[in-house]
Amino acid sequence: MPFEIFVALRYLRDGRLQTWLILAGIGVGVAVIIFVSALIVGLQESIIERTLGSQAHVVVRPPEEMPRVLARSGGELQAAEVQRPPQRVRSIVGWKQVEVLLRRTQGVRAVAPTVSGPALAVRGPGSISVNVRGIDLETYSAIVDVRSRLVQGAFNLDGFHAVVGMELARKLGIGVGGRLRLQVPGDRGGVYTVSGIFDYRSQSLNEGLVFISLRGAQTLFGVEGGVSTLEVVGTDIFAADALAADITDRTGLVADSWMSQNRDLLTGLRSQSASSVMIQVFVILAVALGIASVLAVSVVQKAREIGILRATGTRSASITRIFLLQGAILGTVGSLLGIALGTALALFFVSLAKNPDGSATFPVALTPLLYGRSVAVALAVGLVAAVVPARDAARLDPATVIRNG
Amino acid sequence: MAEPILRTEALTKTYGERVVTHALRGIDLTLESGEFCALTGPSGSGKTTLLNLVGLLDRATEGRILIQGRDAVPLDDDERTALRGRTLGFVFQFHHLLPAFSALENVMLPLLAQHGRPEPWMREKAAELLDHVGLSDRARYRATDLSGGQQQRVAVARALVMDPLLVLADEPTGNLDTQSGEQVLELLRTFNGERGTAFLLVTHDDHVAHHCDRIVHMVDGRVDSDTRKG
Repeated sequence: MPFEIFVALRYLRDGRLQTWLILAGIGVGVAVIIFVSALIVGLQESIIERTLGSQAHVVVRPPEEMPRVLARSGGELQAAEVQRPPQRVRSIVGWKQVEVLLRRTQGVRAVAPTVSGPALAVRGPGSISVNVRGIDLETYSAIVDVRSRLVQGAFNLDGFHAVVGMELARKLGIGVGGRLRLQVPGDRGGVYTVSGIFDYRSQSLNEGLVFISLRGAQTLFGVEGGVSTLEVVGTDIFAADALAADITDRTGLVADSWMSQNRDLLTGLRSQSASSVMIQVFVILAVALGIASVLAVSVVQKAREIGILRATGTRSASITRIFLLQGAILGTVGSLLGIALGTALALFFVSLAKNPDGSATFPVALTPLLYGRSVAVALAVGLVAAVVPARDAARLDPATVIRNG
Repeated sequence: MAEPILRTEALTKTYGERVVTHALRGIDLTLESGEFCALTGPSGSGKTTLLNLVGLLDRATEGRILIQGRDAVPLDDDERTALRGRTLGFVFQFHHLLPAFSALENVMLPLLAQHGRPEPWMREKAAELLDHVGLSDRARYRATDLSGGQQQRVAVARALVMDPLLVLADEPTGNLDTQSGEQVLELLRTFNGERGTAFLLVTHDDHVAHHCDRIVHMVDGRVDSDTRKG
């Protein structure tokens, strides 16, 4: 063991109560960081998963139809009320080329063409307004893993088969094998057999979303060969706004990101992150001050010993290293204690509340990255906090401190 | 002719800028190998200041300090530390052992500081010296668990572990009872006789001074007398 580590460890061991107190301080600080980070990141991941688990990052659709104002001959405008035309399901012009373009766009992970539009789901005297989404199951699975949401039956969309949400099935009183009619404006519609029932863990989606085949939806909405939307998943969920803007620039189409549709959620997530960072900054500051004060006191207490070490041939650089090492050892050991405490605290917290399906009400994200970052931060804080005491120790004049202590 | 172990030339030390205090006023002192020399004088005569200067723990205002012919005054801090570690040993009045370490580790410390990491031979050498000062059975004791006399004997072993040419001792028996003081003094004489290590002892105690072969008496920052026995 190198000389400096030997002396640093011995000084820490010799400090006993002082060392244990500061280790406890660092441990509690790191435990708070681990606990708060794990809880906030876990909650955010859960919220994001619930939100984005059922929708694409970016949805591309044709521009809305705008009213055209007719001018009289001679260029004079008529004073007339201008009304927006009712929106209908329309196909993206040249969608196959657009799909190829999107797949080649940087930051895009998957693209799925869909036909989406409003309809009435009717069974006997009961009817509920729904959104019908025509999908190709294979390509759409890259956007939303719909199969994993299936709770009954099979995800079969062949021919006139549909997959509906739990709430819709309950309200219309149908199960797998039951039939319902999907009615769209213009007196078009068809009767579909329910092949499966899904649970999106969202009341509105479980009631208002019906999946049928892409081709079936094209026929239903009268856009044969076309698609009304191209759904996109990006590589970075928080870059969805930028990706949507890029897609609009490149295609001239409307591109809505999940971020623009969930502004409040995003603000909430950002506020959570900011508060988490603030808590961590203050904890780190408290830990740093704790380490620095313990080492500063140690320098004063051991001034005469430092003088003796210098008199017996120890270089000032070694004295500096001895105190830096003490800071580093305190930071590392304290952070390991903190990881154990923080993990235990987080797991205990998770065990306190469970959802009916057994999943945690307050999920936590305890990741190797969080642990590694905590150790690295505590080590860095220990080193930085030790710089001033170490410099002071190295500057002590041996003759003076041996004489005066 | 071999260089003397220590030679000071016109060594001067002053403190303060506005009100200047002269601690040393041009000391010329030569110490040959194997000498056992006492440095005596009243309080404030400059004994400890001289010891700190020749021990390279403090810097002179003027003059030269030659250790085996090498001028130590212009050396930087690290060079002085290295030279000090290789050639000089220290025994202080209050022993100044490190309380966090065992007796054996205290003796090993200068070797560790010099070589960077422990080697088996260091432990053996420290154990041998502890045996020499009669404390082999106390090797694992912490410094604080030893008596004053035992602590001072450990400090003597520590001062000698680097095989220094010169040991500087500041009142080595000043804090000990008569019997322990006698034991320590005998120990120093033994090492002087067996190893030829030179000793420069700062002392107020006439009894200690009369054990020495040479007595340098200082008054008011100057060498007042320099007498050798026989």
